Amino acid sequence: MKKYILSSILLLIPFVIFSQTTFKGMIMDKNNPKDNLGVEGVSVHWLQTNVSAITNKKGWFTIPYKPEYKKLVVSYLGYKTDTISITSLKPLHHFLTEEGELNEVVVRTKKKATYKSYLTTANMFTVNSDELLKAACCNLAESFETNPSIDVSFSDALTGTKQIQMLGLTSPYLLISQENIPSVRGASQVFGLTFTPGTWVESIQITKGAGSVVNGYESISGQINAELVKPFSDNKFFLNAYSSLNGRLELNTHFNQRVSDKWQTGLYIHGNYRGEKFDKNNDNFLDNPLANQINVMNRWQYTDAEKGWVSFINVRFLNDEKQTGELDFIPELDKGTTNAWGSEIDTKRFETSAKLGYVFPELPFQSIGFQMAYSNHQQDSYFGLNVYDIVHESVYSNLIFNSIIGDTRNKFKTGISFTYDKFDELVNTDNFDRKENSLGAFFEYGFDNLDDFSFTAGLRVDTHNLLGTFMTPRLHLRYVPWENSVVRASFGRGKRSANIFAENQQLFASSRQIKIDNVGGNIYGLNAEIAWNYGVSYMQKFNLFDKKGDVTFDFYQTDFKNQVIVDWENPQEISFYDLDGKSIANSFQVELSYNLARNFNLRTAYKYFDISTDYKSGNLQKPIQPKERFFANLSYETVTKENGSQWKFDTTFNSIGKQRLPNTASNPIQYQLSEYSEAYQMLNLQITKVFSEKLEVYIGAENLTNVQQKNPILASDEPFGSNFDSTIVYSPIFGRAMYAGLRFKIK
Amino acid sequence: MKKIVFILSLFLVGFSTQSQEIKKKKNAKVAFEVDGICGMCKKRIETAALKTKGVKFALWNVQSHQLNVILDERKTDVLTIQKNILKVGHDVVGLDAKKITATEEDYNSVHPCCKYRDEEIILNHEGGLKKQKKQ
Repeated sequence: MKKYILSSILLLIPFVIFSQTTFKGMIMDKNNPKDNLGVEGVSVHWLQTNVSAITNKKGWFTIPYKPEYKKLVVSYLGYKTDTISITSLKPLHHFLTEEGELNEVVVRTKKKATYKSYLTTANMFTVNSDELLKAACCNLAESFETNPSIDVSFSDALTGTKQIQMLGLTSPYLLISQENIPSVRGASQVFGLTFTPGTWVESIQITKGAGSVVNGYESISGQINAELVKPFSDNKFFLNAYSSLNGRLELNTHFNQRVSDKWQTGLYIHGNYRGEKFDKNNDNFLDNPLANQINVMNRWQYTDAEKGWVSFINVRFLNDEKQTGELDFIPELDKGTTNAWGSEIDTKRFETSAKLGYVFPELPFQSIGFQMAYSNHQQDSYFGLNVYDIVHESVYSNLIFNSIIGDTRNKFKTGISFTYDKFDELVNTDNFDRKENSLGAFFEYGFDNLDDFSFTAGLRVDTHNLLGTFMTPRLHLRYVPWENSVVRASFGRGKRSANIFAENQQLFASSRQIKIDNVGGNIYGLNAEIAWNYGVSYMQKFNLFDKKGDVTFDFYQTDFKNQVIVDWENPQEISFYDLDGKSIANSFQVELSYNLARNFNLRTAYKYFDISTDYKSGNLQKPIQPKERFFANLSYETVTKENGSQWKFDTTFNSIGKQRLPNTASNPIQYQLSEYSEAYQMLNLQITKVFSEKLEVYIGAENLTNVQQKNPILASDEPFGSNFDSTIVYSPIFGRAMYAGLRFKIK
Repeated sequence: MKKIVFILSLFLVGFSTQSQEIKKKKNAKVAFEVDGICGMCKKRIETAALKTKGVKFALWNVQSHQLNVILDERKTDVLTIQKNILKVGHDVVGLDAKKITATEEDYNSVHPCCKYRDEEIILNHEGGLKKQKKQ
């Protein structure tokens, strides 16, 4: 006993001697500040020295101090390393924050609005919320306008809904997910993107070509994942108000509240309203539908960093109503009659999802995650005398296990998924019911030699009640041939059942007869769509006149083994049939980004699409699809002042080449269209004035040059006649649209 | 029967002694300091650590110089990892808290901009950091 006392006294002596020149402090975890629990084993040291200490059980440390030591570095595995300036000898109380990415290599002082990763194996880039603010987009469908990889087109003259395309293929061939849960699919295919307000989006990840097998087998041309704002990181309060001269009003509010140390909740409310009638082209039809939408989401986030648990729970409700058609159409009086032509699309959607993730605290490379989502989508609509109602109930669940083989150069993901979809459709007097369920297992292996080569190889096997049992292989490769360059290649297979009516709803707003070639398949008598996608991409970063830039060349091919052909070539009908022959989509893109001066950036792209399909009437280019496009975006912002104020300018130019129009040769002469549409150019502009961190105001113009399609509706004078057709839309209907808005936030 | 019991107990003895003696963890967490200055150093250090058979995870912090490693003690030990890091030219702080320096030859193999022993280059990196911060 004496020995102990002696030795402990001996141990204390050095401390006593140094007592005047030691520095004390306590390190705690930011995630549970209330408990004031210290973290044990945290290492602290003075910057540029070897003088260090480790915290004790209660989180306290004592470290020798000299006046020349100014900065203390606090580091702990799995947490951000902090460097703290020490000005006095008062004991330090410091909270650690968790490190988001464990392998974060790039330290950027300024967050880039779009980020093309040099390190990911897949050809992926991230668009963050700063980019989304460049064009005051109101919903997800409109948030791609400053982005060259995604093309935004107009789906039809009536609903005013914008459709997106990647690699020249429309959105049904893309897997669109919300926080990795497939979301815009089935019944919500056409309008789904307009159901996610832009302010809810935190970032978007866009992957070209075959995606990961983890999220399913449906993606063919690419994946778009939208991450929503998180209660933990979003502003405490946020308000966005928007008003446009085309009669659109929008309001977004976010409320985030901490409930306990580990629970945080957020309530997000979106409303938009368009009540004014416009008919600028004098065809007696509304240029834009009358619309109102209310969209409410409640999120719950749970984080327990100590034990490694993370969870999200979401509940969401949406009510969306659109009315369109002739100016004097009154739904109560004219619905179902030939007094006036009109259409109403009412959608109610309920969604709930839960996510649970566990990171093994001792093994940061190992985690397990579970996702589960349920949605109920109900659309009641009519287009003139055509009735189209659809109810789609969907269940999605996915269990993923992440770990390594040997070391972190060899990672893998494996798991199982289950999906269930129930469709109940009414097309005029015909009922189409369908139940789909699938059970799948996947394994994805990722190799990275930490230098110039990496690949991801995935395989999944699914057994589906209508599509059968099938395999989905996907492969991505990345290689760095020389400094600042990356070559990527990918290939993969995708399979999906086409929801012919939901995906082509615009057909109902025409007098076309619907024809389906029943070949005895399981989905509307048709077979599943199967395609292979191959791609190569080369990116080179460069330094020119001391400014940074990069250039990317992409070539992708999608080769359909089977496709449900949507044939518009006979103006009196629309027919759906299985592909007999070839259907190939080639897409080539050169993209150049260059930093012209400080805070002054140029992004420009040239795109060439060659999409040809064997129709019954022969091999034709895809209609309403420009072969050539040119895109340029210029953005400039002034240097932020001390109070946070700043000006931002952003302009986007689009040149859209001529487009082949569906064949109208058999129509009466006044309803015939030329073979090709004219090329046209469009310009968008936005100016933002940031007053402080709290308030900013923006004004902008879409389609500044006022491009308009003269005659978007064929036979608009005879809406119930046999030539009425509002599906051939290849340029904007509404001309120039000015808007203004404000954003207000409290952190 | 006796024989079986004997053999079994032998086995058990073997096991128990083994467990007492070795106690080698499959996922041991180890942290030590490695000298270096930049992202390039980080990559070199982490790669050298990871390429050591039995190392599962390696994370080096540019500011604190701390290297966190998760290793399988049945397959490797800290000394082996440190040797491999020294071989790519980075000094380490050994288990006895003494600095072990890499040989001049190995140190010279690092990229010119990573010469962490050179005052001027250290200052350059700091200057670089300052510039970034100002932006």
